[in-house]
Amino acid sequence: MIALKLAYRNLVGAGLRTWLNVGVLSFIYVLIIWHQGLFNGMYPQTSRFVIREEIAGGQYWHKNYDPFDPLAVEDSHGIIPSRLRALVRENRAAPILIRQGTIYPQGRIQPVLLKGIDPRQTVLDIPIAKLLTDSDTLPIMAGYLMAQKNGFEVGDVLTIRWRDTNGTYDAADGEIVEIMHTRVPTIDMGQLWIPLDRLQQMALLPDEATLIVAGRDIQEPLNLPEWPFKGQDFLLKDITDMIKAKRVGGFFLYAILLFLALLAVFDTQVLAVFRRRKEIGTLMALGMVRSGVIAVFTIEGALHGILAVGMAALYGIPILLFSAYKGIPIPSSAEGYGLAFPVRLFPVYSAWLVGGTILIIMLAVTIVSYLPSRKITGMKPTEVLR
Amino acid sequence: MKNNQIISIENVIKRFPMGKGEFTALDGVDLTFGKGEFAGFVGPSGSGKTTLLNVIGSLDTPTQGKATVLGQSVGDLSEKNAARLRNEHLGFIFQTYNLLPVYTVFENVEFPLLLLKMPAADRGKAVLDALEWVGLSDKEKSKPAQLSGGECQRVAIARAMVKKPKIVLADEPTANLDAKNSHRILQTMETLNAELQTTFLFATHDDKVIRYLHRKITLEDGRVAGDEV
Repeated sequence: MIALKLAYRNLVGAGLRTWLNVGVLSFIYVLIIWHQGLFNGMYPQTSRFVIREEIAGGQYWHKNYDPFDPLAVEDSHGIIPSRLRALVRENRAAPILIRQGTIYPQGRIQPVLLKGIDPRQTVLDIPIAKLLTDSDTLPIMAGYLMAQKNGFEVGDVLTIRWRDTNGTYDAADGEIVEIMHTRVPTIDMGQLWIPLDRLQQMALLPDEATLIVAGRDIQEPLNLPEWPFKGQDFLLKDITDMIKAKRVGGFFLYAILLFLALLAVFDTQVLAVFRRRKEIGTLMALGMVRSGVIAVFTIEGALHGILAVGMAALYGIPILLFSAYKGIPIPSSAEGYGLAFPVRLFPVYSAWLVGGTILIIMLAVTIVSYLPSRKITGMKPTEVLR
Repeated sequence: MKNNQIISIENVIKRFPMGKGEFTALDGVDLTFGKGEFAGFVGPSGSGKTTLLNVIGSLDTPTQGKATVLGQSVGDLSEKNAARLRNEHLGFIFQTYNLLPVYTVFENVEFPLLLLKMPAADRGKAVLDALEWVGLSDKEKSKPAQLSGGECQRVAIARAMVKKPKIVLADEPTANLDAKNSHRILQTMETLNAELQTTFLFATHDDKVIRYLHRKITLEDGRVAGDEV
């Protein structure tokens, strides 16, 4: 109690030096909590888009399908199993056929993935209604990034070349009927969406699909050896890994900032210990044991962390709450980052995040305050009183 | 411990490392002090006055010989026990006052009692009494920076006396004070010595202090060169 009182009075007595340290530490608190809050919010918000527009309740993949092997695409198709067909009829599953094709935008050859989807399906929330047409012209929907990259506009006519299942090349003209504004880059870049029945006809693969998206109401996935089920966890792993990688990158930033703040506290305490040698000697002469003196200086340093919590609360809580309420606007250029960013990203602050950050910084500040204080133990009272 | 004897110095030698050799600050000092003495070590700089005071105050230990204070051998005390001895029975007055700058006068005087874990009510009364002894009752809320040198030293005396220690050790207590303040402080200490039977030991080469001493021990090169009552 004496140590606490003396430490507090010393701290307040140090004036501007204390408040500068406290200010820097409070900034670190707010920055770490805000930044980690962004990452906390990123996963549920990006995965919500991916679930809504790409994976729904999970996907049954044809056994040969590998999204990372373009050469496997041509062999990744099969007749939709009857049990899944029943779900498709009830609109609780949506088959997608994927084939390789080639387009020639502005006279340049460009490989694309042709994705056939039933325009009437409601399992995925993507704007495919305009693919439902009686016109003989092949309707095509392109994603925003794909359109932007190739200069596509609604009404543009594209020549598409593909190979049917027998290996025979064929070509047709198609018309862009929709530019899809999606936040999920994996259903956008390098692909064109066309009606499923048209792609099945073009590839001579009637009733076949590459994957079947299960509705979000799926309870127990069907056990189909030819069509292994991939759950949400599996399909969202890329996002999880990417956020994890970004979070690790963020830690380096915190480490540097924290290091600088701790250096300031350490410096202050080293200075205090050597500038206040006589005071230390006096405390010893008055009967304070060495551990008591160490406690004074360690608590004094640790109090920087506590005062910083108070200061961070003063200006940090309004900032953090405001950004959690209003969200952080994500520029459309962020669509190219490979993550399904929402228009506004809302940070999420958990008690663990706040408590953990405070605990880590408090611990670090206490340790760096203890280190110079420990030097006192090596001094004789007569030496420090001199 | 002989009747009334509270400090016994037996053939105490204190050496400090100096360069490759050693410096002998105390060279076979033999002294005893009884309860209520008002004594001082006098002599030129480097004669061993402060070193002897430090040994008696358990701030330092003898290299050889035995220093017994209130029945406890200073050289054998652990750091904790030495701190306890200082806390419970010894008061220190320094040349430069050594007040805690962030504390008020009241809190500075109260500090030794906090270390003694004295109840708050008793503490408050003891502090006010001590401030009255030194005539600073009206300054209890002031900070040391707001006081004159003489007032600071009187606060230091109050801090040393507040726990009514058996021994007060004063190292050049008037070195930074003018004649008027020096006399005032010495008179205060003399009064406290008479009223509370506290033993006062000084280290000084100030004539003003020397005139007040009831016993003058002259040190030269770490040896006792004279002991006059």
